[in-house]
Amino acid sequence: MTAPETVEKHTMAVLVDNEPGVLARVIGLFAGRGYNIESLTVAEIDPQNKLSRITIVTSGTPMIIEQIKAQLNRIVPVHGVHDLGEEGPFVERELALVKVTGGAETRAETLRVADIFHARVVDTTPESYVFEMTGSTEKLNAFINLMTPLGVVDISRTGVVAISRGSAKF
Amino acid sequence: MAAQPEVQELSGAEMVIRALIDQGVEVIFGYPGGAVLPIYDALFKQNRLRHILVRHEQGAVHAAEGYARSSGKVGVVLVTSGPGATNAVTGLTDALMDSVPVVCLTGQVPTHLIGNDAFQEADTTGITRPCTKHNYLVKDVNDLARVLHEAFMVARTGRPGPVVVDLPKDVLFTNGHYMPPESVPARKSYRPQIKPEAERIAAAAQLIMAAKKPLFYGGGGLINSGPRACTLFTELARLTGFPVTLTLMGLGAYPASDKQYLGLVGMHGTFESNNAMHDCDVMINIGARFDDRVTGKVAAFAPHSRKIHVDIDPSSINKNVRVDLAIVGDCAEVLAALLAELKAHKYKADSARIAPWWKQIETWRKRDSLRYAKSDAIIKPQYAIERLYALTRGRDVFITTEVGQHQMWAAQLFKFEQPYHWMTSGGLGTMGYGLPAAMGVQLAHPDALVIDIAGEASILMNIQEMSTICQYRLPVKVFILNNQYMGMVRQWQELLHGGRYSESYTAALPDFVKLADAFGAVGMRVEKPADVDRVIKEMIAVDRPVLVDVAVDPTENCFPMIPSGAAHNEMLLGPEDKQASGPISEEGMVLV
Repeated sequence: MTAPETVEKHTMAVLVDNEPGVLARVIGLFAGRGYNIESLTVAEIDPQNKLSRITIVTSGTPMIIEQIKAQLNRIVPVHGVHDLGEEGPFVERELALVKVTGGAETRAETLRVADIFHARVVDTTPESYVFEMTGSTEKLNAFINLMTPLGVVDISRTGVVAISRGSAKF
Repeated sequence: MAAQPEVQELSGAEMVIRALIDQGVEVIFGYPGGAVLPIYDALFKQNRLRHILVRHEQGAVHAAEGYARSSGKVGVVLVTSGPGATNAVTGLTDALMDSVPVVCLTGQVPTHLIGNDAFQEADTTGITRPCTKHNYLVKDVNDLARVLHEAFMVARTGRPGPVVVDLPKDVLFTNGHYMPPESVPARKSYRPQIKPEAERIAAAAQLIMAAKKPLFYGGGGLINSGPRACTLFTELARLTGFPVTLTLMGLGAYPASDKQYLGLVGMHGTFESNNAMHDCDVMINIGARFDDRVTGKVAAFAPHSRKIHVDIDPSSINKNVRVDLAIVGDCAEVLAALLAELKAHKYKADSARIAPWWKQIETWRKRDSLRYAKSDAIIKPQYAIERLYALTRGRDVFITTEVGQHQMWAAQLFKFEQPYHWMTSGGLGTMGYGLPAAMGVQLAHPDALVIDIAGEASILMNIQEMSTICQYRLPVKVFILNNQYMGMVRQWQELLHGGRYSESYTAALPDFVKLADAFGAVGMRVEKPADVDRVIKEMIAVDRPVLVDVAVDPTENCFPMIPSGAAHNEMLLGPEDKQASGPISEEGMVLV
């Protein structure tokens, strides 16, 4: 209770019933109790059982992280909360669409950087490219940082999705 | 499959009535309006459900809370859309904070108008999401029966709480299939943990057997778990010989007349309770949540203790105070397991081991921290409550309160021997709770003596319910400790804000005797200490609603008190303590 506890970043997978209002319950909980959301993604993963998976990247002291998990579990349509880092190794991926414009003097360099990062061109015009890039949040940040001086005009990112390594569920 | 023959075609409104009856509901508290007219029509055509027409929807929810808390059943509310639902929000939040099982049915505009800013439309599920345990918007009549039964299950089980079911008007008119409660499938995502883990029980037993300065700290979870939990708690306390303290919500979970009972704990708890909490070496928290009113300064809270925390809600554990041993489960189940474990060890109370601890506690007890300066000239509020307690002995008496000084004095001085007899707004601290709650209690216990111990400011917040009380001839007694101030506000202004009594004095109070008369109740007023007994006896003797205006000392403060930001062993014991303690810390000033 003396020294302030260190703030840790956690990635959680939350399995929920895909019903109206469930995302609002989760977001409202974070807003109402003052927890951080660094990233949140949601999509249905099991249409037959109407289950969705929410991936939340959050940060807080160990006591707050414990609270977040307990509070999420209290929501009636929540089936389970998995703190991926605590349960073992896991992979995290994010997808970004990055629009870069520029004249002839930068086009070659833009493509070269994209090639280094294995970004795919998904749209092109004489004065623009749209790149699709998948990777860790850090890799996406590095790509965007290199592209910015070359003429980034718009970015759309999905936020993090994550899954455990190996055969373990979640 | 077995339920096939039971499937019936009913209108949504008929289904609501049928589901309530199948859930064993006898009384509902409500107020009609456009969106719920189909339900009121269905209500009119039957005579099994009794509807109590309140005067404000907030009153309906508090009445349902009083009904629930005094009976162990689910309280049921029926209100219309828009303002009906928004007026219920305070009551729902109150029920959430104090874990009271309530099902609140709200009308809604027809589904095709939702989102159109229709007349009396409000986003009820949106508004009530953070103030309910769960809520539903039913858009298909074929989901209605399942949702209603599930709502009762969610409200009643685990850590109880309020559940809202929002009912669009077109759904109430449409016919659909009804299913009885037993045909409703269990909800896979909702599984409260009832039974504790065996190894944790074993660890708790070890801590208990080794304790030298133990303390039981019981809370509202014992009351919610039910009379069995309270009996087992008492049995465990007797078996161990350990001292017991209770929170505001836990009063009645352990007999207050017992010599092991130290009284209320927390901000206005007794000297012996709070010092025992500060100095104990093993704290056994059963169904309490380390609320800030109990812990005071968290950094200085029971610094030398090992803490066991029993709670049905894992989110209560390690929220405010880090504990050494968490046991998730229902209080009764945990206590039964703990008793079995101790008996398996052939455990017997070791009174020699804890004798020095009891000796210490007795020295604290000798301070007599609830004492106050008696007066022959003016009625001390404490005296009024002491006499009320003394003169209602031997009766089945239920107490509700409003919020403020009178509430704390009632908690300190009225002694409860059994659960379900004390109803107060603890978590939310809702002024205006007591009168409608008393109404709900009286409906659950028609022959009991139900008294709302009130303040003159709080009572005015839901005074309209006097009209309901009179309509149904409920012999509720309202015992107003009238000091002309919002007493607790005044007390804090005196102690923390240099005596600048900003807006805490009510300059134009009604004549409560005439007010009672206007509602059709009996009004009484008492101004002298010598008349207190006579008036209380008269109040009890009248078999009608009574409003008693007790003129009490306007300057009396509620002691003992742990000033905000202070530790349990830094209590103020009385007015003479003010100077000694020095000014309240800046850190404490910002706390509520």
